[in-house]
This record gives sequence, C-alpha cells and structure tokens, in this order.
Amino acid sequence: MFGKLTLSAIPYNEPIIMGTLLMVCLGGAALLGWVTYQRKWGYLWTEWFTTVDHKRIGIMYVIMALVMLLRGFADALMMRAQQAIAASDAAGYLPPHHYDQIFSAHGVIMIFFVAMPFVVGLMNLVVPLQIGARDVAYPFLNSLSFWLTTSGVVLVMVSMFVGDFAATGWLAYPPLSELKFSPTVGVDYYIWALQLSGLGTTLSGINFVVTILRMRAPGMTLMRMPVFTWTALVTNILIVAAFPVLTVALALLAADRYLDMHFFTNELGGNAMLYINLIWIWGHPEVYILILPCFGVFSEIVSTFSGKPLFGYKSMVYATAGIGVLSFVVWLHHFFTMGSGADVNAFFGISTMIISIPTGVKLFNWLFTMYRGRIRFTVPMLWTVGFMVTFTIGGMTGVLMAVPGADFVLHNSLFLIAHFHNVIIGGVIFGCMAAINYWFPKAFGFKLEERFGRYSFWCWLVGFYLAFMPLYVLGLMGMTRRMNHYANPDWQPYLVVAAIGAGVIALGIGFTVLQIVVSVRNRAENRDLTGDPWGGRTLEWSTSSPAPFYNFAVVPQIEELDQFQVDKEHKRAYKRQAHYADIHMPRNTGVGLFMAAFGTVLGFAMVWHIWWLAIAGLVGMIASFISRAYDTNVDYYVSGVEVEKIERARLVPLEKLIDHVDPASAGQKVA
Amino acid sequence: MNKRSLVSTLRWSCAGLTVFLSGCNLEVLSPKGDVGMQEKSLILIATGLMLLVVIPVIAMTLIFAWRYRASNTKATYAPKWSHSTAIEAVVWTIPCIIIAILATLTWRSTHALDPYKPLDSQVKPITIEAVAMDWKWLFIYPDYGIASVNEIAFPTNVPVHFEVTSDSVMNAFFIPQLGSQIYAMAGMDTKLNLIANEPGTYAGLSSNYSGEGFSDMHFTAIATSQQGFTEWVNKAKASQANLDNQAFHALTQPSEKVPVSYYTNVTPGLFNSVIQQYMSDMSMKPVGTPSPSPAQASASLSGSIPSHNDHAKASE
Repeated sequence: MFGKLTLSAIPYNEPIIMGTLLMVCLGGAALLGWVTYQRKWGYLWTEWFTTVDHKRIGIMYVIMALVMLLRGFADALMMRAQQAIAASDAAGYLPPHHYDQIFSAHGVIMIFFVAMPFVVGLMNLVVPLQIGARDVAYPFLNSLSFWLTTSGVVLVMVSMFVGDFAATGWLAYPPLSELKFSPTVGVDYYIWALQLSGLGTTLSGINFVVTILRMRAPGMTLMRMPVFTWTALVTNILIVAAFPVLTVALALLAADRYLDMHFFTNELGGNAMLYINLIWIWGHPEVYILILPCFGVFSEIVSTFSGKPLFGYKSMVYATAGIGVLSFVVWLHHFFTMGSGADVNAFFGISTMIISIPTGVKLFNWLFTMYRGRIRFTVPMLWTVGFMVTFTIGGMTGVLMAVPGADFVLHNSLFLIAHFHNVIIGGVIFGCMAAINYWFPKAFGFKLEERFGRYSFWCWLVGFYLAFMPLYVLGLMGMTRRMNHYANPDWQPYLVVAAIGAGVIALGIGFTVLQIVVSVRNRAENRDLTGDPWGGRTLEWSTSSPAPFYNFAVVPQIEELDQFQVDKEHKRAYKRQAHYADIHMPRNTGVGLFMAAFGTVLGFAMVWHIWWLAIAGLVGMIASFISRAYDTNVDYYVSGVEVEKIERARLVPLEKLIDHVDPASAGQKVA
Repeated sequence: MNKRSLVSTLRWSCAGLTVFLSGCNLEVLSPKGDVGMQEKSLILIATGLMLLVVIPVIAMTLIFAWRYRASNTKATYAPKWSHSTAIEAVVWTIPCIIIAILATLTWRSTHALDPYKPLDSQVKPITIEAVAMDWKWLFIYPDYGIASVNEIAFPTNVPVHFEVTSDSVMNAFFIPQLGSQIYAMAGMDTKLNLIANEPGTYAGLSSNYSGEGFSDMHFTAIATSQQGFTEWVNKAKASQANLDNQAFHALTQPSEKVPVSYYTNVTPGLFNSVIQQYMSDMSMKPVGTPSPSPAQASASLSGSIPSHNDHAKASE
C-alpha cells in the first residue's frame, strides 16, 4: 500500500534532525496560526498564491530563496563546525552517514533553491518593467514555473524528516548514485526534486525568451534594451538550451534506478563517464545562468549610482552574448583528470580561458563607468565594489584551474571549493543582495534601511575572506573536499578560521533579516513617492513604487537607450495623459499551484514506490492542465477610468514636487 | 592614523604574514618529484601572468571608487561620457594578449604533462597497478608478484608507471607532493606517470568522494633508495598471505581504516580481470568468485552478486 514507506523512515534516533523537525513544526504552526488569527488566508490565496502577476511571482521567488538560504547556510555552519573539530582523526559530532547528506544537500539547495530562485525572481520582477511590458508572455505558465520550483523545495525539505537525502555530492555522480551503492531513497528524492524544479525552470526560460523577444515597448530595438534585460535574454536562452540536458541525464539515472537499465552502471556496458559529461554540459552553462543576470544587476547599479550611462554598452552586450556561446564549450574542464588526452584537455582549457576575455572587458567597463562619475555609496553600490574586488580574485583562480597541468594538482581540493565560492558568493550572492537593496522600493514602495544594510555587507565581505582564503591555503596543503575527518593536525587552525568566517557571514545574514524587519516597521519614513528613488535611468523607475498591477498606464515609446533618463532631462517624465485606454490583463488562477501540488505527490510517491499514488498525482496534473486548457475566462479589461484614477492619485501630488527639483535626479532628492 | 603607526602596522602585518605562511606546509607547492616541480612552476607562472591584470583592476576599482565619490566635488564629473574607442581597444586587447600567452603555455604544458606520457628517463620504469576499493587502495606490483594495501614503495629517480582502475565506484589516485592525480573508474584503465626525486614518505589519498569510508581512504607512498625498495619488496614477499581469488574477494567487501598489509603470489592477470569483470561478457561475474563446478553453480551464482547486499549491510 505504501511502497517502501514505513514509520522507520523517520530518523527518530538522530537528535539533530528531530530537533530541527520540532523547530520546523513549531515555527510552521506559529506561522499558520498567525495567518489564521489575522484572517489572511483569503488575502494570501487571491493576491499571492493564485497570482499571475510577474512582480508578485518574482517576490515569492526571492522570499523562497531567502528562506532556503537559511537552510543551506545552516548546512554550511554544520560542515564548518564538523571540520573545525574533526582533526587528527577525531570523529567530530557528525557521522559520515549524516555529514555526507549535509554537503550534498548544501550544494543542491544553494544552487537550485537559493541561487536559481534569486535570479529567476529578479528577472521576473524587473524584466517586464524594463521593457515596458504589462506582464510576461505566458502569465499562467509563469505561475506554474514558480509552483513547480516550490515542489522541488518541498521534496528536499521532506527528505530531511522522512527517509534521507542523497549522500553522493551535489551532482550525484554514478556509479555511487546507482542503486547498488546508494540503496536508500536519498538519490530518488534528489532526482524528483530536480526534475520538478528543472521543468519549472525550463518553462521559465521559454517564457522569458518569448517575453523579451516579442513584448518590448515600441521602439525598443535589441540595442536599446537595458543591459539587465540583455543578460536575462542570454541567460534564458542558456536555460532553454541547457536544462533539457539535465532532465535527460536525471531521467537516464532514474531509469537505471527504477527500471534496471544500465546507462551509467559498472555492469552490462554502462558508463558513468557519459553521465559526468551530460551533467556538466548542463552544469557549466548553469553557472553562467546564475552569474550573467548578476552582471546585469551590477551594470545597472554602477551606472545609476555613478550618475553616468554605462561605459561601452555595445561591448557589454557582445561580451554577454560571447560568454553565453562559449559557456557551452568548456564543460570538460570539470574533469581534466579523467584521462582524456592532451589535445582534448588543452582545447577545453583554452576555451575556458577565452571566457575570461569578455568577463575581463566587463570589469573594465564597470571601472570606466565609475571613472569621472559621482559615485553615491548606497548599499547596492557597496555590494558592487565588493563584488568587483572579490570576483576578480575568484576569476583569477578559475583561470588558473583552467590550465590542465595546474588542475592536475588542484582538482577536487579545497582550492577548488574556495574558487567556486569566491565566484558564486562574490558574484551571485553579492549580486542578489545588491539587487534586493536596489529594486526593493520598486517591489514594495519603500526603501530598505541603510545602516543594517551596510552592516550586512561588511559582515558578508569580511566573513567571506575569513571563510574562504584559508581554504585556498588548505587546497595547496593537499586537503581534498568532502572529508568528514582528517589525520593531519596542521589543517585544523585554518579550518577553525574558516568556521569563524562562516560565523561572521551568519551575522551578515542576521543583519539582512534585521534590515528587512526594521525597514518594514519604519516604512512610513522611507516611502518612495516618485517611483524613482535612486535617480534611475531605465523604464522600471518611470512607473510608481510599488508598480501598479498593469505596470504602465500607457505603453512607453522608446527612442533611446536609457529612455527614462532622457525623459527626465527633457522634463517629459511623469506627464499625465488626457485619456487612458482600457488595459487587457490576465486573470489569476490556482491551476499552477494545483498542478505543482499533484506534481509533489507524484514525486513523493515515486521516491517511495507508491505506484497508485504516483498514478493519481500524474493524472491530477494532466487533468488540471486540461481543465485549464478549456477555461475561457482567463483575461479581463481594466477600464480606462480606473486607470486614470490610479494615475491621478500618484501624479498630481508628484507634479508639485517635481517642479521644485532638478529633473535629472528627481527621485533621490524627493525621497 | 598617522604615518608612523601606519608603518608599524604594515611591519607587523608583514611579519604576521611571513609567520603565517612559513608555519604551514604547502605540499602542492613543495613537490618532491619532477612532475610536481613542473606543475608548481606552471601554477606560479600562470598566477604571475594573471596578476599583471588582476592587481591593476583591483587597484583601479579602489582608486576610482575613492576618487569619484560623490562628496569629492573637485573630481571631474562627465555625466554623458560613455564611450571611448581607444579605451575599448585597450580593454579588449590586454586580456587577449594575456590569454594568448597563457593559451600557448597551456597547449605546451598540457602535452608535456599528459599523465599518460612516459617520462623521459634512462631508467626502466617500474609498474604499479592501483585498484580503488571500498574504502582502501590495493597496489599490485606485476613484475614482482607482490601486492599491498594502503602503502606503496618505489625507488627515487625511477619513473613509476601507474595503471589505475576501480573495483566499485569512482575515486581518484593522488599523491600531492609528486604531482598529477587521475580518476580510478570501474571497467576502465587510466594511466599516470610520476617520479620521486627525493626520498621521503608522502601522503596519498583518494581525491574523489566515494561514499562513507572515503575520508579514511588514504595511503602512504614511500620513496626510498634502491636498497630500501628491495627490502620493502622482500618484506612483502615474506608475507604469509597470498593474493588469490578468495583473498581478493575478501578485500572487495566494504571496510574502513584498513591497516597496511602485504600479499605475495599475486594471481597473474588479476588487475586485468578486475577491469574485465565489467567488460568481458554480460555475465557480471565479479573477480574473486571461485569458478563454479556445475554442482555448485547455482549456489555460487547467488554468492557472486552479493555486493549490493554487502553495501546495504555496510551502510546500516
């Protein structure tokens, strides 16, 4: 009846897990109770859970990323604590069985359920606003994508309390991930969590490629698109090209585990090298999927706060596109030590280095955007400068490891760990934190408080260097990754410093939470009345903060790059129209949520071999989709009268303010 | 901060850095063999080349950030300036030049350091066959008919030719102070050529995560004189244990923190049969299974595919 699922699947005898379960239950009950007490269920359902508004979906993605950051970071703290004490072959406090799941979950969560929701959320929030669109091309699909990602999150979280998670490393290399060596359900949780969320990501990619190519405001040619939108376009093309490879690789692994196939087994002609190639053909573009939108974020921020257009816009665009293309011909650098032969290794080594050329150009362009600027050191700008210094170091160690001869001694060492955290924290996390501070007012209508934002930045920066510079040294000392304990006592001091660094980063995360809490409490003081709190240059700042649900009362006409900046200079911004047309909008729907809920059931049932339930989940998904396909009530019109009312309420008081200030920097002074 | 205290701070931090770095033994940067030496100088040259760009970029970031801060109204402000063909040309050209040099270096060094390439030496290399097992290393010396677990020895200044495979999951064979590592994969044979130029006892390990017992999957590599090596071989030969199919099958069972042990009378062709167990036919016959007499066939067949259960047991 319940397949492999029995009560013994719950790890009663693991105090750490049970303690966490208790906390999660108490916290969850408190949250649910509070929502019930406040009678907010109806509001949450109609305004958020069923929404197809790209801005709200974006916000939910970012909230998910922040919540999962706490989980992934808790894993990191546990690993750092374990390695700090498990010297001279002391056992530490985490047995390998548990520790191995933690480092696997840490990698999976940080990449798939922190970094990905962060960047997808940012693209959701910003891209339609930057191109003057009223929503994405397929709003329902967008909601489905989000809820499918949530399915993945649910499965990963459930795996902690029911059964176990993969103890294979975050990419689940076979043959270790095959049934023979990983007989528990851990790898199955991994497979189904990633399949569901990966499906969501692929659909998102399609959605955004179409949105950017088809829904730009009239006059916005490709070369008048803001740089963030450019990076989003390239990113989504990468998603569409790369994610199906992940889906196939995981499907083949699932076939091995469920259907007794032998794609990657040792026996019967299976070959693990095939999986390792496939997973990295997805995996390397994936890191550019994460970093490119962040490059876009930094480009917007550095230009806004330097009070100048971005230096070398065309260079930026070509560099972004170049990185996108090159990202597909470098995957083998993840396994130079497989014995591919010198020609193959040299090819992939050199192609990897070539990526550093457009990346280097980007750095120079940001530098020359700052050159002869008037740089305001707001929180987003602090993160940007921190990124430029930190990422340069990470880029250098990356190119070093692209030299096969160097990689032969650095591969899989803590040097590698230090390198990719250097670029992913220094690039992606710094970028997301900068973006949250930058676009927060556009999402919620008030700015984030600066002081705790600065504290958070400095803690992250100092904590990062404390946590990862020792890891570079340890790599050179011959320490390899994923060790539960080690014999060499010389390594311990460095690991203690790294653990302290992780503690400092934890403070940084704490300050971010505090920053949000304090900002919400003091929101009346930090209101953004103009919609342009920073003196922005791109279209998203031309509409109100928070943006109205229809984004733009009148679809803007584009004649220049940085159209909004030009409008402000010519005093054309914030003009009221004599007449507002009706606006065509998509209607909210809960079908995406239902499909994902059935998907979660399907995934859970597949993990535990509960076949009848799996069939029920699949049928439920398909039936929900068919019901949606026959639903004709999917859109409505907002009357021009109502639009006029909303616009008047914003623009009339604004006009009085604008008359008194310099239009080029209206927003910052008013705010 | 006045000038004097700045100088003293600098002095103290320099001293601190020196103590910090001299206190640690950077194994990868203190190689004891020719391959490792070449890789060390490759790392240093490549890093040096990149620092030519990296240091100016970091310095410019900090200088520009400071100089063009909003409160410094004396600095030039060019609110419309966003293009300069000359600067663009320079910022594309400099990385291109550096990468061109680095690419040349890469092409040459990758061929020179190809782990499969025999080392230039007058001396005949010694062959060691390494088998990664759950979770220990088995080393077979086919020319001497001996084998060892978690320890190897070889003479200095003699090239060592490793043939590497795995009996179960993927691992990587790595002696940091001698240079390159290579994956150990079941059903496959990878090759690695190393040499030790200084005698010593070096740490060896698996550098690719392979499951529960991975952290203890290390071994000792002893580089010694020709005489020391002969003594080591004799010690192994004096061992009571023969490495026949039965002994091998016992080794294939998952175990952790396995002490060093020696074997003699290694079944000829054992290494090949470890590879061939997955490759030769479709019968999935693990090595070490005694060839069944017809009467025992069914019994030993069930005994021949138990590794699944063995692993399940081991992980409980």
